[in-house]
Amino acid sequence: MPHISIKAETLFHAGLLSVTNSFITNILVALLLIVVAVMYYGGQKTVTGILDLALRGLYGLFAMVFGDSINKYFPVVATFFIYILIANWFGLLPGVGSIGFRHEESIVPFLRGGTADLSTTLGLSVLAIGLVQFYGIRELGFRAYMSKFINLRGPMDFVLGLLEIISELSRALSLAFRLFGNIIAGEVLLVIVAFLIPYFVSLPFLVFEIFVGLIQAVVFTMLVSIFISVATTKHSA
Amino acid sequence: MMGTTIAIGALGPALAIGMIGAKGVEAIGRNPEAQSNITTNMILAIAFAEAVAIYALVVSLIIKFT
Repeated sequence: MPHISIKAETLFHAGLLSVTNSFITNILVALLLIVVAVMYYGGQKTVTGILDLALRGLYGLFAMVFGDSINKYFPVVATFFIYILIANWFGLLPGVGSIGFRHEESIVPFLRGGTADLSTTLGLSVLAIGLVQFYGIRELGFRAYMSKFINLRGPMDFVLGLLEIISELSRALSLAFRLFGNIIAGEVLLVIVAFLIPYFVSLPFLVFEIFVGLIQAVVFTMLVSIFISVATTKHSA
Repeated sequence: MMGTTIAIGALGPALAIGMIGAKGVEAIGRNPEAQSNITTNMILAIAFAEAVAIYALVVSLIIKFT
């Protein structure tokens, strides 16, 4: 059986920070996106054309959720989308997860898909849920927004408020586990298929994983944008 | 233990995905012009149902490999 690691492996320590292989991949993805952004604003013809087309499609997708307030929230949700999409696809590149050094009978890869690490996805989801609270407070005001959670009008309302707090926490957890689980399941699937039949058979699975990466990026950002649009609308109660 | 986890965990999502697909095809049959819209929403709903199976898969992988 091939060795499968659920958590990212530590490559070296830099002071107190232990640098893992998925951390390095995340840095690479961020650098790549920065380079593309610089090219876009530099007016590079091909990059501008492709990105304009892609962003227009994305804008239409999120306009369905946000309606008129799309311009306020499009930058942040589009950032989430692009980052998760590129991180998902980066993990499928040849060499990522396969080139590494030998350590106690198993291979520790130098690079590991950024979203195939629970720390990354948990960080993203906690950031997203934190932003939902921030936007809710900004749009409705602190007292009005907090009355959703702490409600002293009656015992039943108080219990419902506690349930709201728990549901907000579980949203962060479920976002993180959904993304992490799908990506790690894809990697395990690819490893097992390549282990069973070494040639050609893993190609359709690779195409399927490209599709899954896109779908999971859409699902994550769609859920975050639905949470934002629910948190920022006034409810009469 | 690992096999049981994923076996039970895959039951619900399997039923759910079947129902989503059936209803989606039914909707397309009734209203073929809305096909692209229905397909997008169907794939989104399938991804949500599938996530439950993925949770079970993650738990079983954790049982197996740690």
